[in-house]
Amino acid sequence: MSNYIKLIALGLVTLFAAIGTNYARDLAYQVHAILVMLIAGGLFIWTLRNTEEPDILVDRSGEYMDGVIRYGVIATAFWGVVGFLAGTFIAFQLAFPVLNFEWAEGYLNFGRLRPLHTSAVIFAFGGNALIATSFYVVQRTSAARLWGGNLAWFVFWGYQLFIVLAATGYLLGGTQSKEYAEPEWYVDLWLTIVWVAYLAVFLGTIVKRKEPHIYVANWFYLAFIVTIAMLHLVNNMTLPVSIWGSKSVIVWSGVQDAMIQWWYGHNAVGFFLTAGFLGMMYYFIPKQAERPVFSYKLSIIHFWALIFLYIWAGPHHLHYTALPDWASTLGMVFSVVLWMPSWGGMINGLMTLSGAWDKLRTDPVIRMMVISVGFYGMSTFEGPMMSIRAVNSLSHYTDWTIGHVHSGALGWNGMITFGALYFLVPVLWKRERLYSLQMVSWHFWLATIGIVLYAASMWVTGIMEGLMWREVDANGFLVNSFADTVAAKFPMYVVRALGGVLYVTGALIMCYNLWMTVRRAPAKEASLTVAVPAE
Amino acid sequence: MEDYTILRQFADSWMLLVLFAFFTGVVIWVFRPGATKEYQDTANIPFRHQDKPATSQEARK
Repeated sequence: MSNYIKLIALGLVTLFAAIGTNYARDLAYQVHAILVMLIAGGLFIWTLRNTEEPDILVDRSGEYMDGVIRYGVIATAFWGVVGFLAGTFIAFQLAFPVLNFEWAEGYLNFGRLRPLHTSAVIFAFGGNALIATSFYVVQRTSAARLWGGNLAWFVFWGYQLFIVLAATGYLLGGTQSKEYAEPEWYVDLWLTIVWVAYLAVFLGTIVKRKEPHIYVANWFYLAFIVTIAMLHLVNNMTLPVSIWGSKSVIVWSGVQDAMIQWWYGHNAVGFFLTAGFLGMMYYFIPKQAERPVFSYKLSIIHFWALIFLYIWAGPHHLHYTALPDWASTLGMVFSVVLWMPSWGGMINGLMTLSGAWDKLRTDPVIRMMVISVGFYGMSTFEGPMMSIRAVNSLSHYTDWTIGHVHSGALGWNGMITFGALYFLVPVLWKRERLYSLQMVSWHFWLATIGIVLYAASMWVTGIMEGLMWREVDANGFLVNSFADTVAAKFPMYVVRALGGVLYVTGALIMCYNLWMTVRRAPAKEASLTVAVPAE
Repeated sequence: MEDYTILRQFADSWMLLVLFAFFTGVVIWVFRPGATKEYQDTANIPFRHQDKPATSQEARK
């Protein structure tokens, strides 16, 4: 019966997309209509061929649902490399503008590739990492199989479709020009459906948990899912110009629109890149260190303080704009106060190793996790400082901001994700250990040196250009033209791009190592399926 | 009064008080007597049920 409903729905979607292909008003919409038509049509045929097949019901309630997590791990590694490569390429484009090829103008120039890079690393790499690890963590800490059966698969594939629609849309010009929220209305609607399914799977698993308590990592994951849903809906309140075109108009106007955009933008950092990844930290660091979190009390206070404060920090993106002073002061104060819970969380993560610091010497995976928490501490110190109005007057619109973002994204989000992947692959593919710890060390050092090159060059070039922009001569005239600053930044841009090369090389080594772990590392004995104490 | 002023006044007074009281309440609640022992058990959740879900008999109340 459900197959008939599916067939009707898929048939209608295919028909609608086919009409859309014909009536499309712009290229991005047309390509997406063709894509949706092919996928829905393919699924229609696949469902049709499986209809009336006898259902083989296997009771799997006695095991965890790990297949979707394995796919998630692969997708995380894949999109990570794609996003890092795109970032490295656009870094070279900034240093050498000739790389904005004439023949690809309007498709592969910096302006089109930049959102592709940011979305690929944040939403494709980070998002897949969050979905995969949250599915892993919520099952283990609830002692229950994922709720909703194949709904988890829908979340995974639906999210991949969202990524493909977003990425191809950017290259073809389908964008609503809101930073980190570029996808157009129909992609937003699709993500909403996928996200509601995600929330249902996650919450459903928590509801049927066998542990009386909800472990703190799940609180962070849940805050991430719920808040991102709210941010996404409010920041994407748009009216499509036509149902056959990608262009839409936002209902907010002027400074309200700007404020909502940065309320969204900063909380994308706060809840996507912080709360969700803190969920990872609170599970994988104790697991890898083989000891419980330093202070569970602190973790609860950390949680409530973080989510109560982060939501107000957005206005610091709008200093010296049409936003009222009181609002930007409010944002600045909350950003500075936010330093406290951030460092509370960092201390909690780092001190989990107390009594086991020797592991830093022998286990490169825990080294990776620890340096990620270290970068979290550094960037959550730098951030509040940059949100202070006087500092912001120098740092805003300069590369210092880019450096800050990357010390957080590459250092904190990237490294904790790598650590989680190194933990997950042997467990999920039932291997005894990783293929090579030496390669993990190589990855660790390449990535760390890459970030140092990146952040240091961006500090130098950011502060330099900030000072050059405000330099005036004795008569009060500006000394430098904009082109002067661009020329002065060239050496730092080259260093930054080389930092990116190191980082992406490390990620490629990780992919090879994980691949060989699955292929070559000794398999765990089948008899070890009962719970064993951490070895 | 127009909507903005009403909402603003509410946000600046009662809502602020509610949020602040909630947060203070959480902090006090975390340090309630007997919490340490309970949290020790909770903090060890990641080290249980690594390989398969708990059965109904194993479920902890």
